[in-house]
Amino acid sequence: MANCDEALKNASVVTTNACKLCTPLGACIAIRGIEGAMPMLHGSQGCATYMRRYVISHFREPIDIASSNFTENTTIFGGKGNLATGLNNVIAQYNPDLIGVATTCLSETIGEDLPSLIKQYQTETEAQKQPFIIPISTPSYRGTHINGFQTAVRAVVAGLAKEDLPQKQLNILPGLVSPADIYYIKEILAEYGLKYALLPDYSETLDGPTWDEYQSIPAGGTPIAAIQSMGSAVGTLEFGRTLDSGQTAGGLLQERFKVPNYLLGMPIGVRGTDQFFEVLKTITRQDMPNKYRYERGRLIDAYIDGHKYVFEKKAVVYGEEDLVAGLAGFLAEVGIIPVLCASGGKSGRLSQAIREAAPEIADQVMVQEGIDFMEIAEETERLGADLLIGNSKGYQIARSLKIPLIRVGFPIHDRFGGQRLLHLGYRGTGELFDRIVNAILAHRQEASPVGYSYL
Amino acid sequence: MAILEQRQKQVYTKGQSVFEMECNKPSLAGSVSQRACVFCGSRVVLYPIADAVHLVHGPIGCAAYTWDIRGALSSGPELHRLSFSTDLQELDVINGGEQKLYCALSELIDRYHPNAAFVYSTCIIGVIGDDVAAVCKKVSLEKGIPVLPVDSEGFKGTKKDGYRAACSALFKLTGQIPVDNMSQYSMNIMGEFNIAGETWLIRSYYENMGIQVVSCLTGDTRIDDIQRSHGAALNVVQCSGSMVYLAKMFEEHYGTPYLRVAYFGIEDMSEALYSVAKFFKDPEIMRRARELVREEVEVIYPKLLEYQQKLTGKRAAVYVGGAFKAFALVRALRLLGMKVVMVGSQTGNKDDYQQLRNICDEGTIIVDDSNPLELSAFLREQEVDLFIGGVKERPLAYKLGIGFCDHNHERKKPLAGFAGMLNFAAEIYSSVHSPVWRLSPYRQKSNQDAADKTDFQDSKACVFDSPTGFSRVYKNA
Ligand code: SF4
Ligand code: SF4
Repeated sequence: MANCDEALKNASVVTTNACKLCTPLGACIAIRGIEGAMPMLHGSQGCATYMRRYVISHFREPIDIASSNFTENTTIFGGKGNLATGLNNVIAQYNPDLIGVATTCLSETIGEDLPSLIKQYQTETEAQKQPFIIPISTPSYRGTHINGFQTAVRAVVAGLAKEDLPQKQLNILPGLVSPADIYYIKEILAEYGLKYALLPDYSETLDGPTWDEYQSIPAGGTPIAAIQSMGSAVGTLEFGRTLDSGQTAGGLLQERFKVPNYLLGMPIGVRGTDQFFEVLKTITRQDMPNKYRYERGRLIDAYIDGHKYVFEKKAVVYGEEDLVAGLAGFLAEVGIIPVLCASGGKSGRLSQAIREAAPEIADQVMVQEGIDFMEIAEETERLGADLLIGNSKGYQIARSLKIPLIRVGFPIHDRFGGQRLLHLGYRGTGELFDRIVNAILAHRQEASPVGYSYL
Repeated sequence: MAILEQRQKQVYTKGQSVFEMECNKPSLAGSVSQRACVFCGSRVVLYPIADAVHLVHGPIGCAAYTWDIRGALSSGPELHRLSFSTDLQELDVINGGEQKLYCALSELIDRYHPNAAFVYSTCIIGVIGDDVAAVCKKVSLEKGIPVLPVDSEGFKGTKKDGYRAACSALFKLTGQIPVDNMSQYSMNIMGEFNIAGETWLIRSYYENMGIQVVSCLTGDTRIDDIQRSHGAALNVVQCSGSMVYLAKMFEEHYGTPYLRVAYFGIEDMSEALYSVAKFFKDPEIMRRARELVREEVEVIYPKLLEYQQKLTGKRAAVYVGGAFKAFALVRALRLLGMKVVMVGSQTGNKDDYQQLRNICDEGTIIVDDSNPLELSAFLREQEVDLFIGGVKERPLAYKLGIGFCDHNHERKKPLAGFAGMLNFAAEIYSSVHSPVWRLSPYRQKSNQDAADKTDFQDSKACVFDSPTGFSRVYKNA
């Protein structure tokens, strides 16, 4: 074996405490956001179970993910039989309207051609009502959970969207946001009186009410009819500055059906949210509803009330690239310097996205793609950061450096209510700002020998 | 809608059909099994070893999902709480991952100076043709510490095969160094993983009886403890599913006898201490065991009786990984006056299910390798008040307005030992008697139904023909 310096090129070859998850996990979450849909993994059982565990610990909702359960024989002779058995059993048990089948590392490595296996299954299966079956290619040695999420959304749109359906609508593709964020976007769109397709919509499926009847597939999700009519929409709003616009669902709709795609950053902060409402105005020719104008004013009022507490605080922000870029834009508005913006993702576009979202501080920001938590820990210490903003996996760093962690995004495994955290819009930003200021105040209060009760 | 045809023999209702339980087979594709994989089994067993590097060789997910998920505590180093992965990328998959593995291992050993390293193979490793054993051997020679490959490709069986792979890796650490100065009354604790400090509790019981505990496999253990473990006079194996393989290897190679025990519930816990005392045939040890049990029980019994009063007659369902835990839970729930109406495991074998059948009441459902749809049907049909399982089972219970107790490796409160029994009772009590269920619409409805039913005993006879079974609500919405 050759010398490791070559392989290392100064960086570590080991990933220690990954700041990313694997591709099919993102695909499964996306599929959970379609009405009557079931996710299934083409691969071994363990992957499905681990992902379920991980997702349930955040959302605290049932999430069933089927698997084609590879065995040694499947791995040698191919997964055709297992796929068919799996699909038959999922249909028999769940009677779904759609099955999203995502590959795993194993099925990809042995070279399964999932689209053609699914076609064969469909032709070989007799007439009875068949669900839509969407193949999704998600090897984890290529990309992260965000890529899996986006690939799934694109695959569903590619499989279902049609043109020339009579009704005009707006498409909105928010990416991996919280159920609370989705509820909020829907509230905004309702205010405009618009018909829309929001994909995926896991607000109810992953943060739904308690049941009075058993539901094998939880109620809610983007209706399939709404996805089908995406091809005749007046426009698509897609959140994600770091996405490769050619590879997204919005890009596909533009290319195939000439639906204009508006690729935006996550609407966080005043500017970020303003841009969102501007695009809505461009598409609908309606002004921002008064309700949100008012919310905007209250947000700026809060910024002013809290500005001194946060001024020139140094924050380390990590997680999914677009969430990080959106947060950077907001932090810059209130005077917090996101000294490190980091992600386990590797789109190659994070720097540019931060330059767009937060031009005024871009030269004070260190941007790192493909990072893990060990590197984040080292940098956080070196930079003397005052706070961490990201998912719950940064807790150990916060604990050892004795700085506050403001929990955002996914996953949140050590606090209650992660699914109900709002990040987007003026309202979400307001809540986020309150939490940041309070974290700083709490930190000061705890460190103070006086123990002020009036801050 | 019924249980999938190929699974029907994996479900049995006592007193209602012939007992010809099928089990020990790969999960049915598309059934949505609650099982994990071989890798998961290996991680359970080896994870608590705190002074070793645990490197997961493969793409990132397998390592990311197992980062710090278990509550296995260490009194010293905490290397086990870090998640190391070779995070294979496309090029590695094409060209093979040996070079990356070699460099990763060398880097980790230089960085942390561990006393050993374990390398877990995940699903694609065999497929891409990596010779993990060769890399481990090379690094071991270069760095002078044991570097052990764990054959844990996920698809090559079930969790049980993962236990076996882990046990073989552990066994390689033993028998290398001479062991003397060991008391004739010495033992290894096997199959105890120090979740929430449980090993410490159990160890203190044995030590109070005057027994030398050579090593705990693997709760709060260190590599050099394991390396001395073949010197112990007895192996005491808990949760036999996972480590009985190792005990058998010890028996075969070192002639060490072993006992199987469980530490959940007063009966099993006391029985464990007595059987160890009996083994050593020393009256003093037996006297101390008796005294210990008496003292401990005296403390908890009055409190347990209070819980028992409040829990008597409540109906419980159990679905856990290994069948041995299920036995212990059935007994512990009985002690609290509860009725176990459903019990199942992911990986039980025929004997296990036979034994479960023997200890269960008429009408109890016994199930192997179940799934969310079946489990929710059982919970509804058996009118369960409390469900015991792991994280994946929890939302099923909650959505149906049913109390829940987490008995998995992620819990943070000790449930083993005498003190653990009290925690267990307290947790059950706090979930079953929470006022929140009064607001659960499902619960309100089923209470109403029960009140309306004149002959509800009969309705339980046909589990799967219920009018509530498997309907999709949103379709009518
Ligand atoms: S094999 Fe791939 S898909 Fe499965 S858990 Fe590991 S990284 Fe994820
Ligand atoms: S890839 Fe294999 S080893 Fe990894 S989680 Fe999936 S089944 Fe288990």
